[in-house]
Order: sequence, then C-alpha cells, then structure tokens
Amino acid sequence: MDYCFGFVAVHVYRCIDAGHQQRIQEGLVSMCDQRARMLQDQFSVCVNHVHALAVLVSTFHYYKNPSVIDQETFAEYTARTAFERPLMSGVAYAQRVLDSQRIDFESQHGGTIRTMANKEPSPHRDEYAPVIFSQETVSYLDLVDMMSGEEDRENILRARSTGKAVLTGPFNLLGSHHLGVVLTIPVYKSKLPPNASVRDRIEATVGYLGGAFDVESLVENLLGQLAGNQEIIVKVYDVTNMSDPLIMYGRQAQYGDLSRVWISPLDFGDPFRKHQMTCRYLHKAPISWTAMATAFLGYVIVFLAGYMFYTGAIHIVQVEDDFHKMERLKVLAEAADVTKSQFLATVSHEIRTPMNGILGMLALLLDTDLSSTQRDYAQTAQACGRALIALINEVLDRAKIEAGKMELEDVPFGLRSIIDDVLSLFSEKSRNKGLELAVFVSDKVPQIVMGDPGRFRQVITNLVGNSVKFTAQGHIFVQVHLAEHSKAVQDAKPDSCLNGRSNCCNFKTLSGREAADDRNNWDKFKHLIADEEFPFQVLTSDGSSQNVSLMVSVEDTGTGIPLHAQKLMFMPFMQADSSTSRRYGGTGIGLSISKCLVELMGGQISFISRPQIGSTFSFTANFKRCEKNLVTDLKRSLYDDLPTAFKGLKATVVDTKPIRAAVTRYHLKRLGVLVEVVTSIRTAVLVLGSGQPDMVLVEKDVWLSSDDVSSIRAFVPALKSPKMILLATNITGDEFDKAKAAGFSDTLIMKPLRASMVAACLHQVFGTGKKAEQGRVMANGSVFRGLLCGKKILVVDDNRVNLRVAAGALKKFGAEVECAASGKAALELLQIPHGFDACFMDIQMPEMDGFEATRQIRLMESQTNEQQMIGSIDGSRDTRTTSHWHLPVLAMTADVIHATFEVCQKSGMDGYVSKPFQEENLYQAVAKFFESKPSTIM
Amino acid sequence: MASVPQLQRQLIEYTASLYDEKYLDDQFLQLQKLQDESNPEFVVEVVSLFFEDSEKLLNNLATALQQKSVDYKQVDSHVHQFKGSSSSIGAQRVTNVCVHFRNYCEEKNLDGCLQCLQQVKHEYILVRNKLEALFRLEQQILQAGGSIPMME
Repeated sequence: MDYCFGFVAVHVYRCIDAGHQQRIQEGLVSMCDQRARMLQDQFSVCVNHVHALAVLVSTFHYYKNPSVIDQETFAEYTARTAFERPLMSGVAYAQRVLDSQRIDFESQHGGTIRTMANKEPSPHRDEYAPVIFSQETVSYLDLVDMMSGEEDRENILRARSTGKAVLTGPFNLLGSHHLGVVLTIPVYKSKLPPNASVRDRIEATVGYLGGAFDVESLVENLLGQLAGNQEIIVKVYDVTNMSDPLIMYGRQAQYGDLSRVWISPLDFGDPFRKHQMTCRYLHKAPISWTAMATAFLGYVIVFLAGYMFYTGAIHIVQVEDDFHKMERLKVLAEAADVTKSQFLATVSHEIRTPMNGILGMLALLLDTDLSSTQRDYAQTAQACGRALIALINEVLDRAKIEAGKMELEDVPFGLRSIIDDVLSLFSEKSRNKGLELAVFVSDKVPQIVMGDPGRFRQVITNLVGNSVKFTAQGHIFVQVHLAEHSKAVQDAKPDSCLNGRSNCCNFKTLSGREAADDRNNWDKFKHLIADEEFPFQVLTSDGSSQNVSLMVSVEDTGTGIPLHAQKLMFMPFMQADSSTSRRYGGTGIGLSISKCLVELMGGQISFISRPQIGSTFSFTANFKRCEKNLVTDLKRSLYDDLPTAFKGLKATVVDTKPIRAAVTRYHLKRLGVLVEVVTSIRTAVLVLGSGQPDMVLVEKDVWLSSDDVSSIRAFVPALKSPKMILLATNITGDEFDKAKAAGFSDTLIMKPLRASMVAACLHQVFGTGKKAEQGRVMANGSVFRGLLCGKKILVVDDNRVNLRVAAGALKKFGAEVECAASGKAALELLQIPHGFDACFMDIQMPEMDGFEATRQIRLMESQTNEQQMIGSIDGSRDTRTTSHWHLPVLAMTADVIHATFEVCQKSGMDGYVSKPFQEENLYQAVAKFFESKPSTIM
Repeated sequence: MASVPQLQRQLIEYTASLYDEKYLDDQFLQLQKLQDESNPEFVVEVVSLFFEDSEKLLNNLATALQQKSVDYKQVDSHVHQFKGSSSSIGAQRVTNVCVHFRNYCEEKNLDGCLQCLQQVKHEYILVRNKLEALFRLEQQILQAGGSIPMME
C-alpha cells in the first residue's frame, strides 16, 4: 500500500516539476531566440551598409570619369561610417584585374600585386583581385590579391555569379586570431537586369567589396549588453555542411547543462550558408523545492490519511470480530443458563425425594417415646429439614421460571381465605414479637377469582414473611384493592399525605407508627373504603370487564431497606448486606421469585422504603372474574367455609385507631355481623342505650388507657348483657387475669384477626354451630375427593400393572373405572353413544398406539357430530344425541420431557399426565376438565 | 413373638432400607396412599400382578433372545412392558436396568441384551424377595393387632 502512496507522491512531484521544467525551458527558448534575432538584425544592418558601400564605389569610381574616389576618400568615408557596421572589423575594395591588364594596373598603382599568404608578388594567374581601397583597420591588405586566399577566392567567384552578398565559412582572420567570416559583394560596371545570366554577371564584374566579420569579439560584445548573460552559454555554428558543423563562436568543449539545449536558426542573408545558434544553461536547473515539498507533504498527508483509514478499518474489523465472538459467547452463555436451570431443577428434585424420607422418619421418630433432649434434637432436625425443603422448592421454582417451564393454573379460588391462611402462618411469630398483623380486603374485590391460588399465596407469604422477619415493633398491614380504584384515589388526593403528617407523634396508621409510604394512612384509606358504603357503585363497576386487576400492598414498620440496596432488591440471592443474612437468615431468593411470579400474573411489583421507618411492598396481579353461576356452585365447596350462624348480630367495636377498627369491621362483616365503631368506652356506653348490641369488642390498649369497662356492665341490664370481647396482639398472664376481673370473662381474641378464627371464638362465646363447622372442615380437608364422583372413566393401557394402578388412583377420586388393554378394545368401548366422561390413554401400545387411537376417536366423533348437524336440520328432537361429542382424552406417558402439550394436542388429545401416577399431577390434569367446564359434565 | 412397636420399628427400618438401597422409590409410596378401607389389599394386589406379569415377560424375553434371528422389535416391546410395570410399582432398580436393556435393543447388541436379561432377572428376584418380606412383616403386625405405620 505504501508503494502505491509512493507512486502517487512521485507522480505529484513529476506533475509539479514538469511545469517548473517547462518554465525553465521557456526561459531558455526566449533568451536564445532573443539573442539570435539581435545578432541577425545587427548582421543584416552591416550587410546592408556594405551594400551601400558597393553602390558608392560603383557610382563614384566607375560611373564618374575620372573617378572621384581614391584611397584617401574611401578610408575616411569608411572610418567615419564604421559605427554603422558594428560587427565588421574592416571593409576593403578589390578591383578585378585580368592577367592582361596586370602590367597597366601595377604601373598605375605603383606597386605589384601580392599574394595573401606571404605578401610576395603574385605569380601569374588568369585574373587577380588586388585591394585598391581599404579601411584603415585593414590597410595591410593594400594590393593584396584577394583571390590568392582559398576562402576569399571561392567567395568572390560565388558572389559575382549570383550578384548577391555571400559569406565564407568561419576561419581565422588575417591579423587577428579571432574566428571570423568574410562578406563579399560584387560590383558591376553597369546595371544588370535581375534575370541576367551567370556569364553576363562575370563579364560585368569590375571588382568586389569585402568586409570581415570578427564574429567572436563582436558576438561577445553584443551578448554583453543583454541581461542573463551569465546564465547561458551561447554558440554559433555554420551548419552549411550538416554533418560537420563549424563553430563560429563559443568554445568547442561541451560543458554546462547538457540536458537542456535550444537551437535558434540564424539567417545572415546568404542562402548558400546556413547558421544556427545553440544555447544552454551554464548551471543545471535547480531542483524544484516547492515540488519536492508539496510532493513530500502530500505523501505525508496521504500516508497519514491512509494510516488513519487503515487503523479505522482494522478497528472496524476488530469490533466486528469481537461482536461475533460476543454473539457466540452469548449463545453459549444462554445455553449454559438453560443447562444450569435444568440441572437445578433435576438436582432439586433429586434432593427432595430423600428429604421427604428424612422428614417422614423424623415425624415417626417424634411419635415414639423420646427423652426431652432427644425430642429437642429431632425437632431441630425436622425444622432444618423443612427449611431445606422450602429452600429447594424456591430454587426449583426459580429454575422452573428461568427455564420457562412455569405455568400458572387457572382455577377459581377465594382470595380472602387464602390471605387469612397466610396470616395464620405468621400469627405465632407476630404475636411473639408483639406486632399488629392485619389484613383488609376491599369489598369491591370479587369473592372468587380465577387464577393460580398457590402462586398468589406464595407471593403474599413471601412479602409478609419478609415483613415479619424485619419488623421488631409496630405493624404489618396487608391490603387488597382493585388496582384501578386504588389508583384513582391516589391520583385524586395528592394532598392527603400532608394532612397525615401534621400529627407527627401519632401517625394515622394501623399501629400509630409511621410507615414508609405515608399515602397509605387513614386519609387515603378512608377514601378507599368510603365508596363501599354505597353498594350501588360497587355493582356498576362489577360487571364492567372480564378481567380484574388487584393491587396488593404489604406495609410494615420494620428496619426498611438501605438506599444503596434498593436497586438490587429483586435480584436473586441479593440481600441488603451480608450482615442481613447473618441476623435474619434467608437466602434472598424469595423476592426475585415473587417478581417473576407477579410478572407471570401480568402485574408489577414495587416498593417504597425508608430506612428505620419501614417498607411498603405493593404488587398488581391480573385475575379473571368467575362466571356468576359458577360462583354459586363453588361457594359451597371451595370458598365459603365461614359459618353463617352470626348473620344479623350486632357488634360495637371500641377502637381509637380508625384503620384498625376498619380491619376488625371487615372480618366481622364477612361473618355477616353488623358493626358500629366508637372511639371510647364512654361512647360505647352511650350507644348501648339506643340499640342493644350482641357483643362489644374492645381493643386492649383502649381498655388499658381507660379503666372503666365495668361501667358497661353496670349500665346494661344483666339479663341481656352484650358479650364482652377483648382484642389483643399479645397479653401477659397478669393482664389476662385483670381483664377477666374487669369483665372480659367471655373471651379474648388474639390477633391477627381471621374471619374463621373470629368465627370459632364467637362459637365459643355463643356456643352454637360447632358440629356444622367440624363437618365443613372435614369436607375441606380433601377437596378433590369427590371431584370425579360418579364419573365414568376409561383407562387404556396394555400393561396390566399400570392399568391396575391407574384404576386404583382414579377410583380413589371416586370415579367409576373401566379398563381396556389395547387401543382397539378402547375404540370398541367408545362406539358412540357411550357413557364415558373421560379417557386416559397410554401412548406406547402395540398394534395401535395412543395417538392413533385418539385420532380414530376424534374421527368417529366428528362423523357423528356432522350427522347430528344434518339430523338437527331434519328436525330430529333427540336431546341425547344433539349434544356435541367431545370426550376428554388424556395421555399417560412416562416421557414427560418429550411428550409436550403440543404433541398431545396435535393428535387430538386434551392433555397429559405423567406416569407413574401421582396424586397431585392427576388432580391438576383432571381438574381442568371437571372444574373449569362443569356445565358440560354435569 | 415380637411386640407390636418392635415390629413396627422393624418395618419402618426395613422400608427405609428399601428406599435407601433404591429398590423402591416414591411411586411405591403413592401406591400405598391409594390403599384405603375401600381397597385394603390394593398394594398386594398390584404387586402380585406385577410378579405374574414379570415372570411371563422374563420367560418371553429368554425365548426371544434364544431364537436364531432375534426379533429386536419384539424384545423391545417386552422390555417396554417390563419397564412400565416396574415403574408403576416403583421398583426402580428394575426400571433402570430396563432402560439400559432398551438401549441395547436399539443397537441390536445381543451380548448386551443377554447380559441385561441376567441383570433384570437378578434385580427382579431381589425386589420380589424384598417385597415379599415386607408383606410378611406387615401381616405379622396386623396379626399382632397393630396398625401399619404410614411413611410420609
């Protein structure tokens, strides 16, 4: 690549340098041409003047008779006009003298004709050309025969035959060692016509005028006047003979800048001879520094730019490489993540099995006779084992969620009883800590919703568990409202929090302690429950949509979450800091699971927390409303385990804290008790006068602050005295005795309040309905016992053992079971019309496998259904056959990983149960058909 | 004759050892759960069904593998049956051998199949003896007037 830049740079250099060279060349050309022109001009001026002299001689020497010119005149004239011929060293006139005229001539001029070479008297020749007139500078030529010199003779002969000025080649002039040329012009005795022949010319010739050009000194002189003379070397050549140029001026040796030459032609007026001038520079042309610098800079710039481009390209390539590498790593990491989750799931599962064994053994061990130490050890082991199982279940959940295998159930459940259950889990702990633990569910929340009760319970358990763990005093308050309603109230009353904070030492919360989210205080709560006084509004919002979005908040007055840890709360295995796990235990996985579960339920989880004040976690979750007719069916079996014996009773609640009173009222209301809240015992006594309540519930702190409960007894006639009930979170033995003495002989209800627990206490007080409740508890204990009651179910399996086990399991659920040992046998039994409600089908069977059998069943069904369609159009009235045939078929498979729901669906199956049968699996699979679609079965 | 609590403890230990040594797994527990007043002999019933089937299958397998040209498809279906019934009662060591057996069937590896047949026979006899011992113990307890302790 660098070579390329080099070439470019050299090219640039050449381009710039060529311009430079051209300028130098142009300079040379112009100088050379200028010199040549000047020389030529001067030369022609001289030649013209010599012409004039020739005319002078012919005019005054020959045409005048006698001649008016003699040597003296000529010498003077020429001397005075010498400035006109700057290039000529001198001029002379030689007369043509034939040999016959020699004697006359010699006598006339008083001397002999001499030769040019040695100035001796000339030998005899045909003719002579002795000089008769001469300029003083060449006076030595007097009577010298010009025809004795080689060059002169040739010149004379050529001049007289052409009648023009002719030049000799360069030779060393007489009397000087300078090179020179001689100019010769003929003089004729008469005027000749322009087309005269050579012979006529020779005949007419009378003499010759000659002049010597001292070319060397004269050119030197001429060039000296011009500028730039030092820079160039000028040479003048006679190139008449092209192959052998004769130098006229300049040294023969070649020097100077040989690379650059310019030749200008010279015309000295003699067509026979050719001359030229060559010029060259004395010094070589200087190297063009600009060109060099430009080229170099250009090279550097191009090189740098190239380098930048190169590094840029390299960088891009690198980034791309890195990107691909990252992508590969990402795929690997994701695969590893999935593997990890699967591994976790497997391992957790593997650990659970032996752990169950351990726990079972421990339970058995605890049933035997043990010493107290042994019992303690065993109980500790059991507690540890339970904790381990709980942890493993959590890890398994998390792994399942991550592996995307978590599916939520969609079954109807009673939300209130679930939250009550959660509270009962923590009642022991909260009592020990003296915490006020309470729940309030808005009346707007439907009694029964469709969703996953287990997961919902898990989230609430987790949140409440955290709160209990981190709260040392104060309260934990669980609220459930409709999300949109809660939001509307929050938006409408932005200033309510200000009112709440005005009373700084007594916050209007459940326990009177300050809570993190002070919007949750009484002022807001008041608005939330205010509407519930008007049942009309409830009804209008009830039917509006099929979905119900709930807002659940768990408020505590615990340690709060440090600000720096708040961002990490929902990351798995993150706790506020490492000391947290030391102090409070736990793994920190719970919140992350809760977050996942909440998101699966289509909601969001968030929290507000202030260190040392408390935290409020709230989440939303979407559930479906239950259809009305279904609700009435399910109420008996699922939800309504609360007795109705207390309906219509009246109660007075004495409580100074409005929220706590609202909670108490909520629980009593669920039992059908009419509630009136008063803030002091005094007012309660006043109220007693107007309408007789059946019971008076007094909070412990109210009672302690005003010690006048006995006044109630005193006021009210003994016959129909209300039952006095004390509400307390914890109570010491002394206080209990005191309370009994004070008149709370009837009962003491320990918080947290739960409707069922309150009901039990009231039973105790009023002594009613005990048996009824027991029966209900039993029924509740095995909810799905009767799920398949009376259902006729076909089990298809070629394996007798499997068949027997499956049949046994289904029979346990109350089903009537029929067995078939092959797909074909099953098809025979399932010929329409048949009385089966469901079919469990083994997949892998010889001859006809489960998929094929199911396809056949579906084919038969669709044929029948089509015929019925036609039949019904024809007007058939048979009610039995007009129903749509679709037998629920469930696959039984050992291969749970490959046999997915989709595969089963493809061949027309409705679901699958894993083999070998397990009670929960079976229940879950069957429940979908017999619970969610009761109308089709019943 | 041993006392009831002693027998009960013995039964628990014995059952635990069966789980420990992996003769049985969870599924056997499930099976026991299915047994109730309405179906008091359920476990014994199913297990003896398993014994009957297994002996038949083992015979079938032995004959099938003695043939000059072995029909691996048939062998495989026998092993599948065996695997299904053993997993249904929770005899997991038998089930595990069956898994290997099926792999050999797929490879059509006669030596492997024969080896597996020996193994599966061996495991079957082991688990049969263990289960029979378990039932005997239960019978003893019942005869002594005690109740069968349930595992969790």
